[in-house]
Amino acid sequence: MITTALTDLWYGFGVALQPHNLMWCFIGVLVGNMVGVLPGMGPLATISILLPLTFGIKPVGAILMLAGVMYGAQYGGAICSILLNLPCHPPHAVTCLDGFPMTKQGKGGVALGLTVMASFVGASWGITEMIFLSPVLVQVALQFGPAEICSLMLLGLLAGSTLARGSPLKGVAMTVLGLMLGIVGTDLETGAERFTFGFTHLDDGIELVGLALGLFGIAEFMNSINQVVSINTKYTKVRLRDMRPSKADIKQAIAPMFRGTMVGSLCALIPGTGPTIASFVAYATEKKISKHPEKFGTGLIEGVISPEASTHSSVQGDFIPTMSLGIPGDAVMALLLGALMIQGIVPGPQLIKEHPDIFWGLVASFWIGNIILVLLNVPLIGIWVKLLTIPYKYLYPSALFFVSIGVYAANNDMFQVGETVVIGILGYVLLRLGFHPAPILLGFVLGPRFEENFRRAMLISRGDIGVFVERPISAVFIALCVLLIATQIYVRIRGNKNVIAPATAFEVAE
Amino acid sequence: MHGFCRDRRDKILVNFSNGCNPQGLIIVHSRFSPRLGRRSNNKIMEETLRLARKHGPVVQLVQNLVRKRDFYAGGLIIMFGLLMALKGPSYRVGTLMHMGPGFLPTALGIILIFLGILIAGTALTVPEGEDESILPEHPEWLGWACILTGPLCFILFGSFFGLIPGIFACVFVSALGDRTATWKSSFVLAAVVTAFGVGLFSYLLQVPMPLLAWRGL
Repeated sequence: MITTALTDLWYGFGVALQPHNLMWCFIGVLVGNMVGVLPGMGPLATISILLPLTFGIKPVGAILMLAGVMYGAQYGGAICSILLNLPCHPPHAVTCLDGFPMTKQGKGGVALGLTVMASFVGASWGITEMIFLSPVLVQVALQFGPAEICSLMLLGLLAGSTLARGSPLKGVAMTVLGLMLGIVGTDLETGAERFTFGFTHLDDGIELVGLALGLFGIAEFMNSINQVVSINTKYTKVRLRDMRPSKADIKQAIAPMFRGTMVGSLCALIPGTGPTIASFVAYATEKKISKHPEKFGTGLIEGVISPEASTHSSVQGDFIPTMSLGIPGDAVMALLLGALMIQGIVPGPQLIKEHPDIFWGLVASFWIGNIILVLLNVPLIGIWVKLLTIPYKYLYPSALFFVSIGVYAANNDMFQVGETVVIGILGYVLLRLGFHPAPILLGFVLGPRFEENFRRAMLISRGDIGVFVERPISAVFIALCVLLIATQIYVRIRGNKNVIAPATAFEVAE
Repeated sequence: MHGFCRDRRDKILVNFSNGCNPQGLIIVHSRFSPRLGRRSNNKIMEETLRLARKHGPVVQLVQNLVRKRDFYAGGLIIMFGLLMALKGPSYRVGTLMHMGPGFLPTALGIILIFLGILIAGTALTVPEGEDESILPEHPEWLGWACILTGPLCFILFGSFFGLIPGIFACVFVSALGDRTATWKSSFVLAAVVTAFGVGLFSYLLQVPMPLLAWRGL
């Protein structure tokens, strides 16, 4: 098994090292790193803006670039958290707690240097996990019938909506809303037009790019206009020389780095727990096993390294269910999956076999991309730090233009720009009402496939809904769903006292 | 009993507590307070207690609900659910074995209504949070208007006059939304982004849109 994996990986490097693929990968991580640093721009908005621009290039190049944005942003986000104390990206919110105190003590450079190291180790582990686990998962998943796929999707949707931020009930409501938005348009099986309200432009359904940019672009801008605090650039003078950690620092960092990596890779395996949760769990673990937990928050290396390593290992690990099962764990993965679907590639267990260039090319590009990122981040730190000072008032108008032209370019259709504005308003209302709109994207991307498989399962079982619990694999998934809901209710009834560190850490960070 | 009486501006007029009523908090609706007038504190308390006993449980329930953000959140979800559950059946529901296009929308609509009721219902069980208002503390009406008008300007100017006016109008209008923005700063930003955008999208990425056009209104 190891030899086949290695041969496949070799083949992947062949794909990823082709000059144009290498170029897309480089552009992707570069843009990702940039938006990661810029306060107020997230990887979600960036990927959606870039998405229409990838229609012209081959699927491999497109997915390498979009994935590069995703993990590139993780490197940039750390800079923002450590030097500015701004949790602009949720996975790095917890890094602020100890990262910024380190900066105040004049050790910001060291923190960044160690973070880059930990990120690389975390990411490498995540990639290794992907290489060996994905083929195994595919072996299992290839035997799934429509009923199993259906209950697996149900599990994915439930986990993605209840384990994310905020109230689980609201998360589920958002997922169902996403499923509803996915229904809009022509029904594939019968040709009936649903919820188009007479707009012929809606016949093809709501555009993925428009939905994502409305929810994570326009709504976010409305949320943060005139809210972004003036940036304190007092501590942002970091030179390459400052980044070199001392031997003692490295010694102190190694154990937390591996612990963080392990936590991250475990979190990646549970559907729905993305990098944000991984980083909080890593921080909490570190605090729990530490001999001096009271020192956390005063600039402890462990408090920076462990969450960062876990974030990166979880980001890479998140690709496992997305690529091998076709079930995305969070909104970014849903978007990447949507990008593949737009390119005409059907996600699911057959992906690795049918499009080995995409899968193995992607895996190989992760490594190449991470090496590029280390190279980009260490010598060029000065430039990234300069980017931090770009004020929001220049950023969001430019971003709005990118949003408009991005949505327009998706289908050369101005109607969809208007659609995006409407979705943006809805997204802002939802934000103000305490909903987190990320699960909408999850439901939206999985919706049509869920309906198709549900119909097929019902047809095969002759309308017997019991098929979902009669087939053993499907029954396991359903049992997990029930367990998930039961735990949520239990936690709710027990009161919020026992909700672990994430909640409190979030309050501190926000 | 714990309770307080609020005036029309929701200022707390009276705050009292003694341990005789297990019902807990009673909030008297502001519409009762004018009747209290400028009486002595003691009288106000008596009156409040009387009103509280009379309207207590119901008022308390309603008051508790309409002050909560989750109540409106649940309401919105119920609305979406109703829309789907009522519109869904018009697409033919079919049977479980041969599902029509209306089956899933109807089912999801019913689930949404159920979820909405749950969300609004749980608003009762949790204490009032710090931030229960739907609008943020400082509403940015101008900023929001500018953000939303930007893309609309892009549609309008883009379809009638071409890419350059489209980009310029979009960036210029949305830049005005920032509190510190001036006409001049917005103009400069819009000009820079236009130059960059034309280079990137028109020449490099070949987005099919004329740079300048006149299609008339």
